[in-house]
Amino acid sequence: MSALVDAAAPLPSPVPSPAPPRREPLDPAFLRLAPDGTRHVEFMVEDMHCAGCLARVERAAASVPGVSHARANLTTKRLSVAIDPAGAPEAVLDALEAAGRTARPFDPAALAAQNSGAEKELIRCMAVAGFASANVMLLSVSVWSGADGATRDLFHWLSAAIAVPAVIYAGRPFFRSAGRALRHFTTNMDVPIAIGVVVATLLSLYETVTSGPHAWFDGSVSLLFFLLVGRVLDERMRGVARSSAARLLSLAPDNAALLLADGRMQRLPTASLRVGDRVRILPGERVPVDGTVLAGSSDVDRSLLTGESLPEAVAAGGSVHAGSMNLTGLLEVRVDAPSGETLLAGVVRLMEAVERPNGRFVRLADRAARLYAPVVHAAALITLLGWLALGSGIHAAVTAAVAVLIITCPCALGLAVPAVQVTAAGRLLSRGIILKDGAGLEKLSEVDTVVFDKTGTLTRGRPRLAQAPDTADETVWQVAAGLAGASRHPLSLAIAEAARSRGIVPIPLDDRAELAGHGVSASLAGVPVRLGRPEWVSGEAAGRSAGTQVWLRIGEGPAHRFGFADELRPDAAETVRGLRALGLDAHLLSGDALPAVAAVAEEVRIGSATAECLPGAKVEALRDLTLAGRRVLMVGDGINDAPALAAAHVSMSPAGAADIAQAAADLVFTGERLGPVLEAIAAARATRRKILQNFVLAIGYNVVAVPIAVLGLATPLIAAVSMSASSILVVANSLALSWRALRPADGTGPTSRGDRP
Amino acid sequence: MNALLYLIPVALGFGLAGLAAFLWTLRSGQYEDLEGAGARILLDDEPEAVTREGDGRHV
Repeated sequence: MSALVDAAAPLPSPVPSPAPPRREPLDPAFLRLAPDGTRHVEFMVEDMHCAGCLARVERAAASVPGVSHARANLTTKRLSVAIDPAGAPEAVLDALEAAGRTARPFDPAALAAQNSGAEKELIRCMAVAGFASANVMLLSVSVWSGADGATRDLFHWLSAAIAVPAVIYAGRPFFRSAGRALRHFTTNMDVPIAIGVVVATLLSLYETVTSGPHAWFDGSVSLLFFLLVGRVLDERMRGVARSSAARLLSLAPDNAALLLADGRMQRLPTASLRVGDRVRILPGERVPVDGTVLAGSSDVDRSLLTGESLPEAVAAGGSVHAGSMNLTGLLEVRVDAPSGETLLAGVVRLMEAVERPNGRFVRLADRAARLYAPVVHAAALITLLGWLALGSGIHAAVTAAVAVLIITCPCALGLAVPAVQVTAAGRLLSRGIILKDGAGLEKLSEVDTVVFDKTGTLTRGRPRLAQAPDTADETVWQVAAGLAGASRHPLSLAIAEAARSRGIVPIPLDDRAELAGHGVSASLAGVPVRLGRPEWVSGEAAGRSAGTQVWLRIGEGPAHRFGFADELRPDAAETVRGLRALGLDAHLLSGDALPAVAAVAEEVRIGSATAECLPGAKVEALRDLTLAGRRVLMVGDGINDAPALAAAHVSMSPAGAADIAQAAADLVFTGERLGPVLEAIAAARATRRKILQNFVLAIGYNVVAVPIAVLGLATPLIAAVSMSASSILVVANSLALSWRALRPADGTGPTSRGDRP
Repeated sequence: MNALLYLIPVALGFGLAGLAAFLWTLRSGQYEDLEGAGARILLDDEPEAVTREGDGRHV
């Protein structure tokens, strides 16, 4: 049929009969079945970044017969699809693929673990407490400005009608936590809060019933409101950390294409593979299992496991490990180890077995709470007993004691830490530094030693063209770019990038073929061209000392040499100097050979460098430093660094790092520069200063207010004003957070950063 | 003073309406995808276009 006829004909409507799915069936473990037979599937669509992508993804999914609903989430990069019993979930994957998207099914169990609903509950509580405190405050202001008699009683009853349900509803998070603490005979920040709120509400109810002059309803609900604001901020930080961790971990393959006996394929979760199964691994996929190659040949990028940036050629009989990236060819692999016993799983276990210093680390807020709760309870008790001893009535004594509890309630204290940390995390994020745990900043501020990995951390971790062929012939570059453009091999990517930066337009080539482990060949107007290993291109070896090389040969012409090197990050030396200026020690621990490590150490001026460190030795070295009383920041990127990252006091990882390293690190930074390490430390120190300032503000307010309360002079008005004022002061102080990473005075390196606050 | 008899209920009613509206937005998942919500403004199609006709559910 000609294109002309096609264009003239009306667009065909979607064919209602489902096309036979050409893809392997999806494992039922990925499906959630609704009572009406509708099946829900979640897909991870990583390459969805803008409104256009979102619309295309949704349209592609919705056009599949049987799909009743498709909605993409740009924040989590997930697509959730509802499919009628008639439709096929595999067809959605096909449709997305046809639309040029890479999608994979997402395990619903991982989804459930993420949505704990704790944040939603806190927000609901906060909304209710906010509503109640605004309205009760309105009524209280009328009482304070002179309403009395029947009007005051009416207002108190109204306040009670609003406040009592609000306290019961919005106070639950605190009551639960306090109850848990008391059952274990300990105390936490929530115990004085729960006691204060309950006692204040009960006393106010008593005052209301007996037509007394003072009710504290506004105090108890606005207290809950301020505290819940702090909790929501805190929970939001943790939620962001959790979801970024879940996203990182989900990059590891959780499903594999199982080859059935009859030649069909079935995609199923990695965990349900058995030893002896045959799986098929497409180019561009991660290897899901440890196994032996049965058929096919390819280049496999093992950098996730070894930190080695150059891929390794594998063919039938060779072995592959889970977590490696299959770059160039289709592989068929026999499973040799169940998913729980792969090399990757072993390293993960080593990482988990490492005693995480987090267990010993006590957050500032908890340290404050430990001191705080007993002091508050003692003050309230002494007030009560003191007033009784002085012979005043039980009513006056209880009122004074309750006033102490309300006045001292730690709402400003509860805001002191999360308000600063959320501000700091937001500012760091805008600079490309992702904070995965609020405690990470606190730990980072205590650091006195920094340990670097070499490959991928001080260096870029991927080859760059260091030595271009010494020829003026533009064709060489055009052919090289044309050959390299179609390959995923890191050296090809490096050539393509170098060609782009030189403004080279790739030449069109025919019969392009990639031979795994050797190179790329094609024909240029009938002349064969080859780009690849020296032996393969011209039959002679390049010699060991020449470094990593790729040769290009056009026909029978001379070989053109492309040399590669893993170069330092542009500001590595500058950053190390900056760290020293901050009073920190720098060490280098690398798995690489001594000469390479010594060269890098010399170049960035790190005095203490250790080469040929195995993952266990790195952990050992960190433990020695810790025993010597050092608090260590580990900066590393490879899976061989992951245990060390977990063992360090606090850890950072570049965004290009192995997934598992990113999962183990407390902070992840993006970009080519190492400067974020310096900046994060400066930010952490500034954050700590701000938090301590906030503590001083919050406690200073208590120092003024508590004597007033103990003497029985505190009215609900005084409590409300001082409580709000101190909370607002703390929040305002937190928002004023600023820092300036220490930069070397000589002004080398890029300084054009105009966005300092 | 009699004004209070209807002013207070009116004020409380407004407050409750606001609270209910907020809880509804929370429940209906309007904060689930803040990036996507910003991006969807730029799309020409209504989100309903994604839900196939005859389905009747607009989530």
